[in-house]
Amino acid sequence: MSNPFLKAVELIFSFDKQLFDIIFLSVKVSGFALIIASVFGIPIAVFTAFKKFPLKSLFINIMNTFMGAPPVAVGLIFYLLLSRSGMLGFLGILYTPYAMILAQTFLAFPIIASLCHSAIVGVDPLLKQASITLGASPFTTAATIINEARYGIMSALIAASGRLFAEVGAILIVGGNIAGLTRVMTTAIALETDKGDFELAVALGIILILISFTINFSLNIIQKKGKKELI
Amino acid sequence: MKLTVSNIYKNYNNTTILNNLTYSFKSDSIYVIMGENGVGKSTFLRICALIENPDAGKIIYYKQDKALKNDIETRRRITLLLPKVGIFNTSVYKNAAYGLKVRGMGKNKIKETACEALDFVGLLHKKDQNALTLSSGETQRLGIARALAFKPEFIFLDEPTASVDYKNTKLIEGIIKKLKKTTGATIIMTTHEKEQAIRVGDKILIIEDTKIRSSIVTKDK
Repeated sequence: MSNPFLKAVELIFSFDKQLFDIIFLSVKVSGFALIIASVFGIPIAVFTAFKKFPLKSLFINIMNTFMGAPPVAVGLIFYLLLSRSGMLGFLGILYTPYAMILAQTFLAFPIIASLCHSAIVGVDPLLKQASITLGASPFTTAATIINEARYGIMSALIAASGRLFAEVGAILIVGGNIAGLTRVMTTAIALETDKGDFELAVALGIILILISFTINFSLNIIQKKGKKELI
Repeated sequence: MKLTVSNIYKNYNNTTILNNLTYSFKSDSIYVIMGENGVGKSTFLRICALIENPDAGKIIYYKQDKALKNDIETRRRITLLLPKVGIFNTSVYKNAAYGLKVRGMGKNKIKETACEALDFVGLLHKKDQNALTLSSGETQRLGIARALAFKPEFIFLDEPTASVDYKNTKLIEGIIKKLKKTTGATIIMTTHEKEQAIRVGDKILIIEDTKIRSSIVTKDK
């Protein structure tokens, strides 16, 4: 079993085009999904944290429930929506990176919205009072509270990116794992392992583990920083 | 600046806390409000500081006998320090500068004023330290520095020594007296300690049965 590993390392250091195309596509799909989910998720988290509206707790509960939505089920829903006879079939994006970004955005959105909401409402209420008593306007007070929740918000983004990079079910269904077009790290590993071609699978596995390690390491650093560096 | 509270009424969970309370605070004095737990001292302070609205009655700030609007401009002339100071997760200096920053002061002026305020409470040497690492006495002093930095005309202190040791209590009492002397601000504070009220206050007000029942002059000005 040492041969596939050595060959995998060789593939990485030889900057194999196929390998790096797959990595690049993974980063692109998950990166765009993270950005889009953040653009919608963070403002919704802020809104739900500061405003009262009808069925607010139901909305928060739904967000929390969708945090653990099975990617395969999400993939199936988007497949049905994006297939030619589906409601979004007119877009014609099934089996393209756009469909993958859409499905992954749907997976990341509740994680970002829910964890950011928890981070904001978790800020010590004394800080809101302090801000008001120091003459801040309601807008500045809100900005101060969001700033105080910054480590929690960053943790939410990192947690979401961890889920996206490791995700295989949804992108496999809506992307179709087409070589050079929609094949990303996780789907490529699944396919290459099935084929018995372990070199590429192991090389991608190493990269994926490295990405996962980097994400978790960053999360750890941010959480430590959030604990006020008291030591 | 003068403050008049007139016919204040406040109810919490069907219990009347303040009933038809009226009083006029003159400038350049230290008022100490006393009373038993739950009598409404903190509520009264929060209402005076325009943080909470009364159910009925008026809070009027006057500048040269001209009534000011109870808006953010007036709120920026006054400040309230709570018994537990909310400290932002940043440096001591940035905490002290917060009130100046929200007032749109220039960077150099902020630096000068915030450092001056920190020096006033003896925390200048800790300005680069994370404020959350301060002791409770230092935290309270930072709260005072943060409040006095923007030179408010009215300073409300809700039990400023409730959670600090003897040494810091003495230090804070000294700061409060120095504050009145150097800034000319009107200070209205609450306390449970009779001795402290006599040591610090120019006038002691006792809230009892939803009203200010007595006012004692401790020092002739």
